Amino acid sequence: MHGTVLLSLILSPELGRFALAFACCLAGAQTVLPLWGAWRGRTALMASARPLAWGQFAALLLSFCCLAAASVANDFSVRNIAENSAVAKPLLYKLTGIWGNHEGSILLWALILALCGVAVARFGRNLPGSLLARVLGVLGGTALGFELFCLLTSDPFDRLWPAPPDGQGMNPLLQDPGLAFHPPILYTGYVGFAVPFAFAVAALLEGRVDAAWGRWVRPWTVAAWSFLSCGIALGSWWSYYVLGWGGYWFWDPVENASLLPWLTGTALLHSAIVVEKREALKIWCVLLAIGTFSLSLSGTFLVRSGILNSVHSFANDPTRGVFILGLLALLIGGALLLFGLRVHLLQAGGLFAPFSREGGLVLNNILLCSICAVVLTGTMYPPFAALLLGQAISVGKPFFDSTAVPMAMPLLATMAIGPMLPWKRARLTPVLQRLWWASLLALLAWAVAAFGVSGTLPVLAAGFAVWVIAGAVADLASRILLFRAPLRDSAARARHLSRAVLGAAIAHAGVGVTVLGLVGMSQAQHAIVSVHPGDGVDLAGMRWTLRSVRDADGPNYHAHVATIDVTRNGRLIAELHPSRRVFPLQHQTTTEVAIRTDLVSDLYAVLGDEHEADGTVVLRLHRNPLAPWIWLGGLLMAIGGFLSLSDRRVRVGAPMRARRGAVPAVPAPAAE
Amino acid sequence: MKRLLPIVFVALLLPGPVLAVSDPSEMLPNPAQEKRAEALGSRLRCLVCQNESIEDSDASLARELRHILREHVAAGESDAEITRWMVARYGGFIRLEPAFNATTAMLWCMPVLALLFGLGIAVWSYRRASRRAAPAPALDAAEQARLDALLRGGSVER
Amino acid sequence: MSGGDTSARKPGGASPAQTRRRVLALLPFGVAAAAGGGFWAMLSRMRTGGFDPHDIHAPALNRTVPDFALPGLDAAHPGFSGNDLRHIDRPVLVNFFASWCIPCVAEAPLLGRVAALLPVWGVAYENKPSDAAGFVSQTGAPFARVALDGSGRTAIDWGVSGVPESFLVRPGGIIDWHLAGALTETVVSATLPALLSRIGR
Repeated sequence: MHGTVLLSLILSPELGRFALAFACCLAGAQTVLPLWGAWRGRTALMASARPLAWGQFAALLLSFCCLAAASVANDFSVRNIAENSAVAKPLLYKLTGIWGNHEGSILLWALILALCGVAVARFGRNLPGSLLARVLGVLGGTALGFELFCLLTSDPFDRLWPAPPDGQGMNPLLQDPGLAFHPPILYTGYVGFAVPFAFAVAALLEGRVDAAWGRWVRPWTVAAWSFLSCGIALGSWWSYYVLGWGGYWFWDPVENASLLPWLTGTALLHSAIVVEKREALKIWCVLLAIGTFSLSLSGTFLVRSGILNSVHSFANDPTRGVFILGLLALLIGGALLLFGLRVHLLQAGGLFAPFSREGGLVLNNILLCSICAVVLTGTMYPPFAALLLGQAISVGKPFFDSTAVPMAMPLLATMAIGPMLPWKRARLTPVLQRLWWASLLALLAWAVAAFGVSGTLPVLAAGFAVWVIAGAVADLASRILLFRAPLRDSAARARHLSRAVLGAAIAHAGVGVTVLGLVGMSQAQHAIVSVHPGDGVDLAGMRWTLRSVRDADGPNYHAHVATIDVTRNGRLIAELHPSRRVFPLQHQTTTEVAIRTDLVSDLYAVLGDEHEADGTVVLRLHRNPLAPWIWLGGLLMAIGGFLSLSDRRVRVGAPMRARRGAVPAVPAPAAE
Repeated sequence: MKRLLPIVFVALLLPGPVLAVSDPSEMLPNPAQEKRAEALGSRLRCLVCQNESIEDSDASLARELRHILREHVAAGESDAEITRWMVARYGGFIRLEPAFNATTAMLWCMPVLALLFGLGIAVWSYRRASRRAAPAPALDAAEQARLDALLRGGSVER
Repeated sequence: MSGGDTSARKPGGASPAQTRRRVLALLPFGVAAAAGGGFWAMLSRMRTGGFDPHDIHAPALNRTVPDFALPGLDAAHPGFSGNDLRHIDRPVLVNFFASWCIPCVAEAPLLGRVAALLPVWGVAYENKPSDAAGFVSQTGAPFARVALDGSGRTAIDWGVSGVPESFLVRPGGIIDWHLAGALTETVVSATLPALLSRIGR
């Protein structure tokens, strides 16, 4: 008790605010000094970037700890804590609730941005001095913008006098582990793309993009992309188990705001490989790096501005919106203007035939960016139509399902072929020879799907998904010369298979797994029934029997819990306990979904209204085949990304190319 | 796929908001009609909620619109007629999938436009790059003969 | 896309090809600037009230009132029908309310001031008659007539999406003006008088 009080006295909100202001100053120095030093060639100034980045991170960490201390110590004189926390809130949610509101989430953004700066300072030691200085300078500028925004318009340390005895933040709806951990992972993904952005701007300032730059950018892109994939998958999974009608993606503007940088980020990831290997696609890569971070910044702006119609809308304050818009104008406008003026300095790279790995990656980029353009247009059409034409148009799930989703089919088709194409110039026949059994499997999958699956798009997608997974396996098999060389040789090759290659294959397979999950979900069966206790319903070849509905009370709620037995041929498969909770103090009712998964399909039950008049109970029952695969696929994608990051060759930057024609000591890439 | 392998028992009981468990008495007795009504309803926006369809929302307006929708479906009206009925009262905003007209043309054509634009840029820059590459110098007769001989696999004649 | 311009730059003006490339390179900036300008316009108009992204622009304006006939509350507050509205000789404010709606309670005094300008006819949306009667007597809402729309169907025909909403109906049964929300001071003191003088009272 005394310890907590002492802690909260030392880590006071005033210290937190001071630390935030100090971080602003350091960020300002981190922006100006290294960029000036790089421009003028002053080594001392350039070298100041790294300690400044560390200092800024330390100050922000202190600030964040002060906010956490105030939350844990129930300091309701801090307005943010009074509005979002309460004495009775469990400790876990007091801590994770820090980022559950606008002010705290901006502070978290700034903290993660500073962490990225520190990571670059620590792991980018082998970067040339001027590039490192410029990258840290740009990161510092971005951080400065967010910290100023936090300090000036969204100060989490605002005081409230007189301090209320208890806070208002005991909303049971928001106390959920998924909701607690989804924001930091998602934000790490959004903010992580600031590093490739900084690299792109630094390259434009330097006037040079070369293979080494591609190699340096790639690990940061992979890291940010993996976190973003995880964050999106987590968000989708959370809405599935919370919302209670088996939905997992609604094409809500806030969800789209997370999908857009993911799409261009995937394109960026692949373009960086081409820049590294072939010094081609430089312009596109730089533009994608700027574009991806711009999209994640714009997403943050739009979600908080009140312009979009969304279930997730944050605090809608147009005044704050203006500040963020100004910040965006500086960062995005500045970067794109720099791009327009300096892109001609980037020298042309290698030529390649249209049918080659570079060509395949170009097609991949075109498809990803087109899908991105469609989703962006659909999301932005309503506000712009209202502004320019005074018409109220709404664009929702049906639109995106009929436009963006079919565009993913060609992408899936090329995903299996792409990794097998050689650089510069490829011929079709050898590639198809390596893919012959994958094609057979895909055709088989189409045949099976045509009978078992309803709907043209799900059938198509099923075949393509199997094609992608089989293609990933075929890629690995051909690299280890499986069945073409003695098994011992294959085994040796398999042991020495680079983690980057393995990671890429796993990530591609993950995409296929997710698509299979989506196809399965499209075939979900559900029933809404009104039954007496003791009655049963037949659904999906199983008998679902409502055994009882009993009362069960919790600390601050009164609950009805139903017991449902699911049997097949008399054998008990699962016992589900969906419930409804009434919180009298908050005048709220929540429902708890019961899900039983075996990682291949889900049994899903929700308890609805109870009619006292005739004693019937409304139940909503689902069987969702392959539903878990949607999120398992996302997890595989992230695993693939992190695995390829652990490959040292991906992480270690190549030494700077010598000025005059000497052969650079680039480690020879093996069979990639 | 129908066989369930009980590998993992994970009963997830987690809190959620009150949801739109539709009353089974709302549903039409004819399953084909009910399916049609659900499909049509999922294309109509709930006007009091943000970004939900009337099928997913539990607002009273949504419930009322669901009833009306099912009455019209049971009466045999076509999808277009029912949509027109709704739009006449609430405007185009009630459609989650916008109509195709001059205002929304750019929206609906965006997939094709984006693909064409991307392919166009790719083709243009490929042509520019190959034009920039210096053409190989022409071979004279002797060099051409040597090249032919090499390609045939024979030894080079001096 | 593989590259920039490696040829030596001419000392004089840029070649047309170079200008074309420069314009293309500045295209992303141009698009972003246009989008940014659009967002700025939206934000500034949101602050002044000229732009509401949640406005559904219901198409009721300048249309005849829908057909309906609803029962009244009691002798002092008879019901009315679409026909009645088509035969009014002076403008009428039709106000949709409900006893369970807090903003409706809050706007009742403003309704009182509006009643001095023109008759106010109320529609009780999804309310039991006793609850509607309680609302009228407790808030002192100045309805000359009250129609009971228990099912909410008539409200749907009017394009109502929630309560409170108000419609100004001019002689002939044409809907002249619609407010989706509670009355405000500006509406009562400025908007409505201006509309009434335009209609010609």
